[in-house]
Amino acid sequence: MTDATESPNTHFAILLSHLLRAGVILSATVVLVGGILYLVQHRGPAPPYGVFQGEPTDIRYAQDIWRAACSGHGPGLIQLGLLLLIATPIARVAFSVVEFAIERDGLYVSTTLVVLAILIYSLASS
Amino acid sequence: MHATTLEFTLLVGLGSLFAGLLGSLTGLGGGVVIVPFLTLLFHVDIRYAVGASLVSVIATSSGAAAAYLREGYSNMRVGMFLEVATTLGALSGAYLVTRMPAGAIAILFGLVLLYSAWTSIRPEGEVSGGQRPDSLAGLLKLDGSYPTSGGHSDYYVRNVPAGFGLMYVAGVLSGLLGIGSGAVKVLAMDRVMHIPFKVSTTTSNFMIGVTAAASAGIYLHHGYVDPGLAMPVMLGVAAGALLGARILPGAKVRTLRIVFGVAIATIAVEMIAKGIGGRI
Repeated sequence: MTDATESPNTHFAILLSHLLRAGVILSATVVLVGGILYLVQHRGPAPPYGVFQGEPTDIRYAQDIWRAACSGHGPGLIQLGLLLLIATPIARVAFSVVEFAIERDGLYVSTTLVVLAILIYSLASS
Repeated sequence: MHATTLEFTLLVGLGSLFAGLLGSLTGLGGGVVIVPFLTLLFHVDIRYAVGASLVSVIATSSGAAAAYLREGYSNMRVGMFLEVATTLGALSGAYLVTRMPAGAIAILFGLVLLYSAWTSIRPEGEVSGGQRPDSLAGLLKLDGSYPTSGGHSDYYVRNVPAGFGLMYVAGVLSGLLGIGSGAVKVLAMDRVMHIPFKVSTTTSNFMIGVTAAASAGIYLHHGYVDPGLAMPVMLGVAAGALLGARILPGAKVRTLRIVFGVAIATIAVEMIAKGIGGRI
């Protein structure tokens, strides 16, 4: 029994591979630039990571992170890069919905949409 | 610790590079050593450590998946179906971690480390691919084939409910401890569901990033992800993993796995001891 969808499977896999790699490179670049800005903006002693205070609430949520990043705030830009990183697997799952739809696989379009819903719920929850 | 921000960042980055390198060479992922290294060596609060680790896990697994996806071993349907379990688990784990005391997180982490140490040291025995069809697996279109030197080799997937359940646990561990849980995922696929080892490992690779992303949002909103800390960790681990992939052909993987296994077993004991003693 040879899986009839195995050729498109490999083709699909290669496209996903490009998507994942682009996502990681993009987010790493943003994090790096943000990191350099952060180091320039924050000289002096290292922050006291031994005590958990949670991150400043102005860079926990997407809209705030975007605003901070746009104003050249190093930590904000880093968070933006990390958001892009988190978005990479999510984009990959969204891409899979399209691919399963092209293969006319209703069962897996639904399954993938469930996973996507869980991911979006996580990112949107407050 | 009286380091400047720059010194601290460079030290963490270097340590993360080493973690990523080791993880890449042993095939076990650096995620599992990031949290102990940050908490035991740098005295970072475990919540910040878990946040930084989780983010770096997304980076390394997506990078690895990008490399392995091309080879055609991964099973998309198995991955996606099981991701329902892992992402639900990740949500559960992330909610749990916000309610657990630091000491308990440390002890649990130590136990998972002991398991990782054992999988690192024991010989890699492969369970052969399932030869008999399973009606549930067939219904869910999970069976597949993978390329071998002699053409494609078919396999059948078995024990779907048990695999699903174990994947949920893998997700909980990932969301709770900021790790990839690759070892548990491969265990579920290879040994319980009888999916061939290479298919299991490559499929696990691309699942790890999705699982981690499911709990990352919650970590962000609870302030676990500190940019100053996550930045050197993510960049260091990614660089280390890339370097490891380059050195890999010449590396003695078996020796590394044993050394790695012994090292993390020792770290595990320290984590558990500190967790019990409330010194973490």
